[in-house]
Amino acid sequence: MANVPEELKYSKSHEWVRIEGSQAVIGITDFAQGELSDIVMVELPQVGREVGTGDSIGVIEAVKAVADLYSPISGKVLEVNTNLSASPETINSDPYGEGWIAKLELADPSEAEKLMDAAAYKEFLATQGH
Amino acid sequence: MDKKTPFYDKIVEAGGRMVSFAGYQMPVQFEGLIAEHTKVRSSVGVFDVSHMGRVEVKGSQALDFLNYLVTNDVSGLELYQALYTPMCYPSGGIVDDLLIYRLPDHYFVVINAANNEKDQKWMREQAKGFDVEIIDRTDAMAQLAVQGPKAEQVLQRLTSDDLASIGFYRGLETELAGVKMFVSRTGYTGEDGFELYFPAQQAHTVWDKLFEAGADEGIAPIGLGARDTLRLEMKYALYGNDIDKTTNPVEAGLSWVVKFEKEDFIARDALLKVKEEKPSRRLVCLEVQGSGIPRPHDVIVGDGEELGQVTSGTFSPSLRKGIALGYVRRGYTKSGTELLIRTHRGEVPAVIVKPPFYKEASHK
Repeated sequence: MANVPEELKYSKSHEWVRIEGSQAVIGITDFAQGELSDIVMVELPQVGREVGTGDSIGVIEAVKAVADLYSPISGKVLEVNTNLSASPETINSDPYGEGWIAKLELADPSEAEKLMDAAAYKEFLATQGH
Repeated sequence: MDKKTPFYDKIVEAGGRMVSFAGYQMPVQFEGLIAEHTKVRSSVGVFDVSHMGRVEVKGSQALDFLNYLVTNDVSGLELYQALYTPMCYPSGGIVDDLLIYRLPDHYFVVINAANNEKDQKWMREQAKGFDVEIIDRTDAMAQLAVQGPKAEQVLQRLTSDDLASIGFYRGLETELAGVKMFVSRTGYTGEDGFELYFPAQQAHTVWDKLFEAGADEGIAPIGLGARDTLRLEMKYALYGNDIDKTTNPVEAGLSWVVKFEKEDFIARDALLKVKEEKPSRRLVCLEVQGSGIPRPHDVIVGDGEELGQVTSGTFSPSLRKGIALGYVRRGYTKSGTELLIRTHRGEVPAVIVKPPFYKEASHK
């Protein structure tokens, strides 16, 4: 069963969001990394870019699959996890920690309320047949 | 409703992540695709390939029939020797690619899982007029592939017959793990290794003894994911991706298993025509320069024109870069030709290389 931390928010495209004041850290969920399996390349979002909810902001390539990274929330990209360029597999081993992908300056903090909480995401996963 | 192979319980117990494949519940991976791939390249791994089709062909005209059915020459097969061959439609399109073994009182044919029903039907239709019997042994038999440089060392602990005496593409009837079986030095990984054919009822016994015997070598079960990256690094064609009824053996680079000098066979005229006129396209090996991973159906571009499509593409765990097979229009198929592949992330440069992609494999 995929790990779904209680304190995070989740999108239907399997990104997670951790709100830290006016900022949001984003990454992909344990479920998503498990589905993709061995991640071997990450195209990171551009720092400074203004992104809207649902925008494709990067690409995650696994051995057998490729997936777009969608922004779960709108804002401006403040920082990206450049360690992932050398060690993309960190997303597999630590999706909620060292495998974070980007940090955003929130455009509208109330948007986070529209995302799923852990319980809702777990329920959503159950409907995905897992 | 998917079928289960006789190893299903053992595979689930070993942590296999199951997917539906060719009508069976099969493991796509266990520990992780790269770890499993590396295990086979460096030590030894076990693949359940019981989902593949298995038939016996016997009767006084078994040889004549098979030689008519397939493009390779079956007549030269020695006892316990194996042969790789395409089986074609009269048009030259490929029905399937097969392994044919010559055993004492019959020929034994191994079929791609997804094609089993189709192939058997095709074989039975073509068999009319020949004194042959085609017996489906798929459900009665289990099949394991034990692959990797340490495969012989591990399997030798389970039998008193000398496995080192088995040449590549040769086999032996033996008792292994206390079970009477046919063992051949064949596989789909490029590594030294064996395939074991034995009664399905003995599946759990053989599985348990095999994993016990290989514990020191870290023997591990391997899923379909790594099977695909291993075979692609060797440029082994995969039916449904790289070859199918719309492709022929000549353009797929399989002319070495089309024997025009033997007597008449299905597709002889069509393939001879393709060979004489030269195929309009060829299956080539492409290695990506820099980052980017090609995927099936990505378009291959040269001189600003679309030259063809990727049929298999992946990240190569051994080479740590993107590799692909794809058909490319005549005139652009020489090694060293620089092309572009239109991937999900945009166009990436790639170069045509000579097969195999991975040159350090252990099979001799």
